[in-house]
Amino acid sequence: MKLALGPVLYYWQRDALFEFYERIAAAPVDIVYLGETVCSKRHNFRLEDWLEVAKKLATAGKQVVLSTQALIESESDLKTLRRLAENGSYTVEANDMGAVRLLSGKQFVAGPHINTYNPQTLALLAELGAQRWVIPVEMSSRMLADLLAGKPPGMETEVFAYGRLPLAFSARCFTARHYNLPKDDCHFRCLDHACGLTLKTREGQPFLALNGIQTQSSKVYNLVAELEGMQLLGVGVVRVSPQPFHTEKILALFRQRLDDNLSGSEAGQLMARFMPDEACDGYWHGRPGIEQAGISI
Amino acid sequence: MSLELVCPAGSLPALKAAVDNGADCVYIGFRDNTNARAFAGLNFDLPGTSEAVRYAHARGKKVFLALNTYPQAANWHLWQEAVGNAAEAGVDAVILADAGLMRYASRTYPELRLHLSVQGSATNYEAINFYHEHFGIRRAVLPRVLSLPQVEQLVQHTQVEIELFGFGGLCVMVEGRCVLSSYITGESPNTAGVCSPAKAVRWQQTPQGLESRLNGVLLDRYADGENAGYPTLCKGRFDVNDETYYAIEEPVSLNTLELVPEMIRIGISAVKIEGRQRSPVYVEQVTKVWRSAIDTATKNAGSYAVEPAWMNQLNKLAEGQHHTLGAYHRPWK
Repeated sequence: MKLALGPVLYYWQRDALFEFYERIAAAPVDIVYLGETVCSKRHNFRLEDWLEVAKKLATAGKQVVLSTQALIESESDLKTLRRLAENGSYTVEANDMGAVRLLSGKQFVAGPHINTYNPQTLALLAELGAQRWVIPVEMSSRMLADLLAGKPPGMETEVFAYGRLPLAFSARCFTARHYNLPKDDCHFRCLDHACGLTLKTREGQPFLALNGIQTQSSKVYNLVAELEGMQLLGVGVVRVSPQPFHTEKILALFRQRLDDNLSGSEAGQLMARFMPDEACDGYWHGRPGIEQAGISI
Repeated sequence: MSLELVCPAGSLPALKAAVDNGADCVYIGFRDNTNARAFAGLNFDLPGTSEAVRYAHARGKKVFLALNTYPQAANWHLWQEAVGNAAEAGVDAVILADAGLMRYASRTYPELRLHLSVQGSATNYEAINFYHEHFGIRRAVLPRVLSLPQVEQLVQHTQVEIELFGFGGLCVMVEGRCVLSSYITGESPNTAGVCSPAKAVRWQQTPQGLESRLNGVLLDRYADGENAGYPTLCKGRFDVNDETYYAIEEPVSLNTLELVPEMIRIGISAVKIEGRQRSPVYVEQVTKVWRSAIDTATKNAGSYAVEPAWMNQLNKLAEGQHHTLGAYHRPWK
């Protein structure tokens, strides 16, 4: 199985992003997804910057994929999408059916925000040019096993295996709302929350993480103990979602697991102190996502 | 072109209330999780569907059938059968979200009119035109996330008819792209046709007040005399940086009565009322108000004004007794 790093879902300072990818160039990861997938207002990195990083990573031997924004609303969003689709150098991950339309006939990745729940939809995406697909985060191993029994030939399967779960997108920016700012004049307050703004229940239970227009789980989805099962199912790629600290250490632990140098429980224990919150793995086990149903981490 | 009024029905009495009070179309679902309102005791079996179609057609009205959840490998046949049953019952359109199912429907029943459900998450014309090119969809229902100028821009770039939500419960998230419900309960609109399902809800009176929980997670706590609504998980009060508030969305309804002339002007084909889970009385009253509003605006858009009586009537029926223009009105964002 290959190891992938997902796109950075948060808004980080420009320098921090450059430095992050300098380190990733040296990290034990095979595939790196780049680009702004959450909010079109975030502008610290322009397409030219992403392409510059892409070049460095490709030179370092990484396979680079450019990811498209999940929620595409305006003509300027579409303009950005077209530029990505026509970049000519790198494969693109489609996160909206509009992106699938623009990428049809090219090789592309069907991202986690395309609703692919059955073999018929996957076959359609394959005919249009998808070479790899990322399963919806709420999909269980059993649902995936059923689906893969009817998988089109040559299609590679990727699983979101580590990180706060992207659970929802909205027109409303919940970070701006927290600061009583209008979305159009948000002062980019999400820059202050490098792995999201924690929302707790009224009894103090960390529950969700607000990331602009995206809502994430506060808990960290962690399938590091489930890799053997994934291999048996035919999963080809596992994705780690970036966080502002220790991402390389997490990648290294996943790498050790993939190289058979570490057990699931050992990796879980070593990883616990690098995580922003407790682990969960319920979705994979057909349970509510928030639960931890497998080996405790 | 006139603006079609599309009303909800979770039962035959509700469907009759919609038809009798001025709906142009009524949308319904089968009694299983092939649709996004898979609630116990709600929806239509096959004889009920045929009866609904007979009743509406006899009065020159249409019936749409929502098959707008995502089939999975193990239960694909249920959705496939549902498409066949819908075609056989003579519904005027099926409302689909899943691309694979859309392809099946367009190939197997080429005469069956296809609408793209709001659960299909199409928020731009490239996405809508994708479904049109591949499956010949005739109409798309837009998620409640675009501003009216964005909607206008979209309408200008597609030949697919556009249907907008006009009134009812407000989904603050992009429909089809929200799994908050399954994160807590294991069941989401996409796969199970439910959000914050009733079986996971617990109410408990405590010394701190009345508490609502969803599968154990505290969603809200109400002081004595405070109005406690259905605990949809995005409409609870939470703590962010020690501040307790509706961090995602207040329990409000969408109400776009004042936008009716604008919807007509920009070329919207239909306006949709949310609420298949609501009573026949709700359907009757909302339908009446919207029929009057659309007729008034169609006759003379220039002098259109929302009548206070309409607003009073709708506010009584609204969730949380408050309403909003939602994303259609840019500052809401």
